[in-house]
Amino acid sequence: MFKNLTGKTVFIIAVLLVFCYGIVGIPHGGLKQSIANRINLGLDLRGGIHLVLGVHVAEAIGSATDRDVARIEAALQAAGVTGATVGKTDAAHPETISVTGVPVAKTSDVRSLLQGTDYQIYDVSSANGGFTLTMKHSAITDLETRTLDTSIETIRERIDKLGVSEPVIQKYGLGENEILVELPGVDDPARVEDIIQSTAKLEIHEVVGGPYENDQAGLTANSGVIPPDSVLMHGTGSAGAPDQVFLLKRASEVEGTDFRDAQPSQDVNGRPNITFTLTTEAGDRFYKYTSAHSRTSDKPGSMAIVLDNKVREVAGINSAIRDRGEIEGGFTKDQANDLSLMLRTGALPATISYLETRTVGPSLGAASIRQGVEAAVAGMLAVMVFMLIYYKGAGINADLALALNLLILLGFMGFSHATLTLPGIAGVILTIGMGVDSNVLIFERIREELRAGKTAAAAVKEGFAHAWTTIVDTHVTTIVSAAILFLFGTGPVKGFAVTLTFGLLANLFTAVFVSRLIFDAHLQGKGRTAELSI
Amino acid sequence: MELFRSTTIDWLSRKWYFLGFSLIFSVAGILSMLFWHHVPLGVDFRGGTQVTVRFDTTPNEDHIRSAVAQAGMKDFKIQRISDPSGNSANEVVISLPESKSEGTEDQGRAAIDSALHTNYKDSGFAVQKVDIVGPTAGKQLQKQAWLATAYSLIGMLIYLWFRFELIYGVAAVVAVFHDTLITVGAFSLTNKEIDLTVIAAILTLIGYSMNDTIVVFDRIRENLAVSRRETLSDVVNRSINQTLSRTVLTSGLTFLTVLSLYLFGGAVLHGFSFALVVGILIGTYSSIAVAAPMLVAYQDWRASRGKVATLPAGRSRA
Repeated sequence: MFKNLTGKTVFIIAVLLVFCYGIVGIPHGGLKQSIANRINLGLDLRGGIHLVLGVHVAEAIGSATDRDVARIEAALQAAGVTGATVGKTDAAHPETISVTGVPVAKTSDVRSLLQGTDYQIYDVSSANGGFTLTMKHSAITDLETRTLDTSIETIRERIDKLGVSEPVIQKYGLGENEILVELPGVDDPARVEDIIQSTAKLEIHEVVGGPYENDQAGLTANSGVIPPDSVLMHGTGSAGAPDQVFLLKRASEVEGTDFRDAQPSQDVNGRPNITFTLTTEAGDRFYKYTSAHSRTSDKPGSMAIVLDNKVREVAGINSAIRDRGEIEGGFTKDQANDLSLMLRTGALPATISYLETRTVGPSLGAASIRQGVEAAVAGMLAVMVFMLIYYKGAGINADLALALNLLILLGFMGFSHATLTLPGIAGVILTIGMGVDSNVLIFERIREELRAGKTAAAAVKEGFAHAWTTIVDTHVTTIVSAAILFLFGTGPVKGFAVTLTFGLLANLFTAVFVSRLIFDAHLQGKGRTAELSI
Repeated sequence: MELFRSTTIDWLSRKWYFLGFSLIFSVAGILSMLFWHHVPLGVDFRGGTQVTVRFDTTPNEDHIRSAVAQAGMKDFKIQRISDPSGNSANEVVISLPESKSEGTEDQGRAAIDSALHTNYKDSGFAVQKVDIVGPTAGKQLQKQAWLATAYSLIGMLIYLWFRFELIYGVAAVVAVFHDTLITVGAFSLTNKEIDLTVIAAILTLIGYSMNDTIVVFDRIRENLAVSRRETLSDVVNRSINQTLSRTVLTSGLTFLTVLSLYLFGGAVLHGFSFALVVGILIGTYSSIAVAAPMLVAYQDWRASRGKVATLPAGRSRA
C-alpha cells in the first residue's frame, strides 16, 4: 500500500492523529475534561444505578380481555340475548374469554356477532352450546410489544424529567419482556427507584360496593362470593382514611394510556389537586360511563381512582364528565406535582417488578477505576522495562507499539462511544498481553533467523513473515470468540468483548506494521553490514 | 539477554507426569464441586441481595451480625474484605440468601439499611454497592454465561478446523476446557464466589490459553511441512522447544501484569484477578502438557487402527 518509508511514516502519523482526536476531541477546558467527555465509563467505574425491570405483559392482556368481556356483555344485551354469561374462568389464561349459556335459538346470532369485526383479534370456537374466544397469537405478540414499548417510552420520559444525563433505557434479554435502565452518576438511588416504582399503573374503576373493613368483611357483605366481573381492592379511598377494601368492577373504565394531560391545580378551597384531560376517544367513553353512573337519589354512583392496584381516591360522580376531571386526594403540593407528572407522562400499561438492581456508589466507582488503571499501568510499565532489558534496541519497538496500541484502543472507544467497564479493563490487560506476545513472537523469530546466519535485513523480513501467520491465527481466534461474546453476552461480558476486539485490531496494526517500520527505518541504507540490537 | 537458547527437552516422554498432574487438579476440583463447596456462585448467578458497606472505622463483624439479625434477617453471611496483603479495607459484604419468590429482595435491602442506620449512624458508613438479583434473572445470567462460553468455544473450534485440521481444533478446545475446569475447581476449593467479572476473567484465560496453544500448533504445522522424515513426537518436541522462549516470556510478562492487578487492583477485582493468576499458569502449562500430546496420542490411535500414520500437516499456509 505504501511502498516507501516516508509514505508509511506519514500514514502512521495520520492514524495517530485521528485516534488522538478520538480520545480528546477538540480540546476545550483542560485535557482531563476532554478525555472524560469522550470516553464513556461504565456504571461500575463511575457509579450509578443499573436496573432490570420485568414487565408483566400478561396483565395488559388480562385488562384487554376484561374490557372485551364488558363489551361483549353490552353487545349481547343490545342484541337481546338473555341468560348468557360472559367471563374469564382461567386465571392462568388471561387471553381467553368464554361465553356460556347462550340460548339455542340465539346461537347463530351470537356466533356472527362474535365473528364480527369488533372481535377480530380472537379465534372463536364453539363447544357445548357456548363459545370460547382466544386471543390470536399475533394479537398477543402485538399487544406484548406495544406494552413493552409504551413502558419504555413512559419510563424514558420520567427519567428525562429527573435530569439524568445519558440514561440507557432499552429492551433487554433475548425475547423476554424486560427493560434495562442504566443511570450513570446518580448518587441517590432511592429517589430514582421511587419515581419509577411509584409511577406504575393508573386506572379508573366503577365502585360496586364498599368500603369494607377488610377482605373478610367484603366477602361476607357479598354473601361469600365475589362476582366474576368484580374484584376486591385495598386502599384509603380518601386522604387520611385508614386502609379499607372496596368492591370494584374488574374492567377499568379509563386507564393510563387514556390520559392526555394532567396538571397540578387547586380546588375551590385552595387545596392542591390534579386536573386531568383525557384523549378524545377515552373522553367519549368516559362521558357515556359517567352519564350512566351519575349519582342519583337511589344510587351512590362513584368511581375509584386506582394507582398501582391501590385505591387512591373514591369520588362521587356528580354529573357526566367528558374529558376533564379533577382528582382530589388531600395531596400536599409536592404529591400533587409528582402525581400529575406521572399522569402527564402516561401511566405504565402494566406493572413492573425489579429483576436486578445494582447500585454502585460513585466513590467505589472512582476507587475501582483508579485501582484498575493503576494496576494496568503498573503492569504495563513493568512489561515495558522488561522488554527494554531483554530485547535492548528492539525493546523500543515493542514499547512504542504497545503505547500506540493503547492509544488507538482508547481512540476507538472515543469514536464508537463504547463503554469502558471493569471487565473492559480486563480486555485491555489481555490486549497488552497479546500485544507483547506478538512482539515476542516476532523478535524470537528474528533471533532464530540471525542465529541461522541471515543478515539483519533478511532476518527481519523472515521473522515478520513467519510470525505474521501465527499472529493472524491467534488474533482471529480471539476476535471470533470476542464477537460471539458480544452477541450473546450480557453487560460486563460485552464490555470485555468490545475492548478486546478493538485492542486486537489495533495490535495487528501496531505490532506488525509500526514495529516493522521502525526496523526498516533503522536498517535503511546500511546494507549487509547492518546490525540489530535484539 | 536470552533465556532459552536451544533447549532439547523431551516433553512428550513426560506425558504421564502431566496427565497425573492434570488429573489430580481436575479431580480435586470436581470432587470439591460435587461434595464440598460446590460451585460457589455469586449473587449474580444465584440471585439474592448483596450489600457492600464501607465503614469509617474498622468494623466489628459480630456487632454487624447482631444488628442485621435484629432487623429480622436470617441465614445471611457477613464477610470482611481485605486486600491480598491482608490489610483491612474497612469494608464488609453482607449477603442475604437467594429469595424463593420474585420481588421480595427489596425487603432484605431495607432491613440492612435500617440496621445500619440505627446502629452506625454516628460512627459513619457508606453503602458502596448494592446488588439485588431476582431468582429468574440469576438463572438467566447463568444460562447466558454458559451459552456465550460454549458458543465462543465452538467459534474457535470452527476457525481452527478451517485454518488447521479438526484434530488441532479439538485438542485446543480440550486444553482450554481443562484450564477452565481447573480454574473453576480452584474457585470451589478456595470457596471464592464466581460472579460476572470472574466469568470475564475465565473468558480472558480461554483467549489466552488458546493463543498459547495456537503458537505451538503453528510451529508444529510449519515443521511438519518441512521435514517429513522425523517422527511426530520429535517434531512436536522440537516445536515446543523452539517456542519455549516465547512461551515463558509472554506468560511471565502477562503473569506480571495480572499479578499487579491481583496485588494492587483492589477488592472489587479480587475474584477476577485470582482467576487470571491461576488461569495464566494453567493455560501456559496446558498448551505444552495437554494440547500438544493430544496430537501425538491421536496419531498413535490412528496408527493402531491401521490408518495413515502421519498427522495431517494442515492446510497450506496462507
